[in-house]
Amino acid sequence: MSSDPEARVPERYELREAAARHFTVNRREFLETVGAGLLIVVTAPSASGQGGAAGGTLEARLHIGEDGSIVLLTGKVEEGQGPRTELAMAAAEELRVPLDRVKVVMADTDLSPNDGITAGSRTTPGTVPVVRKAAAAARELLILVSSRQLNLARGPLEVRDGTVTAEGRRFSYADLAKSAELAAAYREALPPDTVLTPARNWQVLGTPHARLDGRSIVTGSHRYPSDIVRPGMLYGSVLRAPSYGAALMSVDLSWAQKMPGVRVVRDGDFVGFAAQTSFAARKAVEAASAAAIWKTVEQPSGDVLFEYLKEHAREDAQRPRGSARGSVEGGLKQAARRLKATYKVAYVQHAPMEPRAAVAEWKDGLLTVWTGTSNPFGVREQLAQAFSLGQDRVHVIVPDMGGGFGGKHTGEVAIEAARLAKEPGRPVSLRWTRAEEFMWAYFRPAALIEVEAGLDAGNSIVAWDFANYNSGAAALDTPYRISNTRVRFLESESPLRQGSYRCLAATANNFAREAFTDELAEAAGRDPLEFRLAHLDNERIKNVLTAAAERFRWSERRKKRRPGIGVGLACGTEKNSVVAACVEIEIDPADETPRLVEIVEAFECGAILNPSNLKSQVEGCIMMGLGPVLREEIRFRDGRLTNGTFAEYRVPRFCDVPKMEVLLLDRKDLEPVGAGETPIIVVAPAVANAVFDATGQRVRSMPLRAARG
Amino acid sequence: MATIRFTVNGKTRSVETEPERPLLDVLREDLGLTGTKYGCGEGQCRACTVLMDGKAIVSCVTPAHMAQGRRIVTIEGLADGGRLHPVQQAFLDEDAMQCGYCTPGMIMRTVALLDSYPRPADAQIIEGLNGSLCRCCGYPRVLAAVKRAAGAAQQEAKEAGHVK
Repeated sequence: MSSDPEARVPERYELREAAARHFTVNRREFLETVGAGLLIVVTAPSASGQGGAAGGTLEARLHIGEDGSIVLLTGKVEEGQGPRTELAMAAAEELRVPLDRVKVVMADTDLSPNDGITAGSRTTPGTVPVVRKAAAAARELLILVSSRQLNLARGPLEVRDGTVTAEGRRFSYADLAKSAELAAAYREALPPDTVLTPARNWQVLGTPHARLDGRSIVTGSHRYPSDIVRPGMLYGSVLRAPSYGAALMSVDLSWAQKMPGVRVVRDGDFVGFAAQTSFAARKAVEAASAAAIWKTVEQPSGDVLFEYLKEHAREDAQRPRGSARGSVEGGLKQAARRLKATYKVAYVQHAPMEPRAAVAEWKDGLLTVWTGTSNPFGVREQLAQAFSLGQDRVHVIVPDMGGGFGGKHTGEVAIEAARLAKEPGRPVSLRWTRAEEFMWAYFRPAALIEVEAGLDAGNSIVAWDFANYNSGAAALDTPYRISNTRVRFLESESPLRQGSYRCLAATANNFAREAFTDELAEAAGRDPLEFRLAHLDNERIKNVLTAAAERFRWSERRKKRRPGIGVGLACGTEKNSVVAACVEIEIDPADETPRLVEIVEAFECGAILNPSNLKSQVEGCIMMGLGPVLREEIRFRDGRLTNGTFAEYRVPRFCDVPKMEVLLLDRKDLEPVGAGETPIIVVAPAVANAVFDATGQRVRSMPLRAARG
Repeated sequence: MATIRFTVNGKTRSVETEPERPLLDVLREDLGLTGTKYGCGEGQCRACTVLMDGKAIVSCVTPAHMAQGRRIVTIEGLADGGRLHPVQQAFLDEDAMQCGYCTPGMIMRTVALLDSYPRPADAQIIEGLNGSLCRCCGYPRVLAAVKRAAGAAQQEAKEAGHVK
């Protein structure tokens, strides 16, 4: 069992849990697909991220063909965070083959083991070790069989470039796959203590590798879910309610029956069309919208959001979320000084470049769906439920997709496409429009955070009382040494449909904690860096904080006073990685908004697997994290979004790119952990603290509305 | 319905379509050129960028009839046989993609940018690409790729004797 509690407890805001059951690969079908050879099957309880395979199941992980081809199988999904390349590197490392020898089959529910949902930064700590174990097992098998074949002692034999060479003779993975000895050797069982290559000896891992299939992307030949074309395929479009919760009272569809080539599907509240072109399908929806009569329901609006969240908060007595140390009441009582503040974080949306898309095809009662989701096995289960099918009748394939960031954990588009395709047996491609994606996908939860703390006579934090309403428990606790703490997460009723997001509530919690820690440092009359270091025991956080501060020349730059310019810093930990950033901002005199001028961010996630991709992830997190700091905010009224377009919902652009330096601390002595999320959590508080430095005013909401408070 | 005759990636094509239908849909659904992506349908993210008579346009809000008699180049038309266009090569060399969905549009914008400014200043790059959105926010590496491509284009021109 993993020591990481998140591996066991599903995130609060997973809208659907991953498939609870697990089906092993059908070996016969698999061999028909990839050909005869050696299939490495491993027991892999920890391969899954959240809620994947149960312990003890056997998973086909690696196939070695008689031609020496190597296929790695994983249920993980590629959505831009780099698991395809990373897992191939992990296999190549242990197999002792060049990286280009390894082909990776991902997220195909008929072929791949169920590695759970691709989320929570779990691929690196969960799936990489299982892949390495399987590959190392194949390598040991190669050595074992070659020692028999070549009549040599096993000890000195080693694999280089996929081959054992001894006394002028060679034995390769292709030879292994064809070997008559194979079955016997395999039955003899693999060494239980297969040795994984230590990080300091890595040849493939630990060195930078570009995305494996980059060529297909720059030539436009890669087929994303929205690019899949099947013979005879139609294009779909679905009628949507004008506001959340609205019920369809009536719609006249008789006109549609007369439109040539347009398929009309009405099934309860579901009204959709499929046609030869998506243009024709959309036209049909426009006409249906004009004829539809809806009954709307009252919905809370954005201007009362935070009051609403507070009023509807409830603490689950059965399952309280949070923790406590000492006595927070006692600590506050004995404090020399007490401070209190409230922080607010708006709803934001992932808005991945590729909106939800699916192609569904029915054949002989079997349903195949190509779709963009982080949760292929979960979506298979949803489809099976939606159409009352056994899961063995549903096949989900996730082509490498156009972004997710936690926003594609659900299968609504897959179900809709399958419904449209069900009629007379023609496949249907359904691609949500951007407007649909904005309104009908889900959002990162809004947060209301109340925090109170006390300083003792020596200006140390003696009490810390922290409550998050609605947004989640990720990174809820403080890393600082405080004797009396209480941290709580209170669920509420969210006016908008909310779900996971890159690092989820860790961003909101870290924003409030690190901004408030700055307020305490100010009250204590101490430098924010010194104040933090004085309260930190976690050496890893200290290391990144010190590294960032030194590189930024924090102490020197903090002393300089320049009008309209400020510096700030923040640090934190989540998902077992650590991060710190120092920033310089300037206040735009025209509209009093901050602009990020420079950032130095230091990040450490154990032994680095792919430095090139890691740099991309940290840079991407910084830029993505900047959006909700500066401008991103979903606005809504009466059950409708009022800014659900890219024109009005302003995501980061090229002009927002600051001077940026990323420091990657490589800890070869530590197990690698995920890196696609945590680097996002320090951007907001560092910028907020810099705004205070520039203006003397605290901004306690995201997006930051500088100076005006 | 109308007949649209135009050149796509050097080939003459003829398409029967509603004239108001987005050029993007014609390219993707009628001609099978799915390298050009839909991102927003409102001309705000530029994922759908193609070249029309050498100028970068957003094909999602360009009605098909506007392409009548024009030369269109899509991402599929950039490489010369197996040889990548220098901009494609630069994106590959810089590993300037995460999910890669915006990459074709970014590359087409860069091709148009370097056509107008073979040696773009940083401000010109940002101005030229600013409307192109990347939600992975891989902007720093795209900037590196554009600069690399600009350098490569210079080098190529030099070798061909076009630049002193």
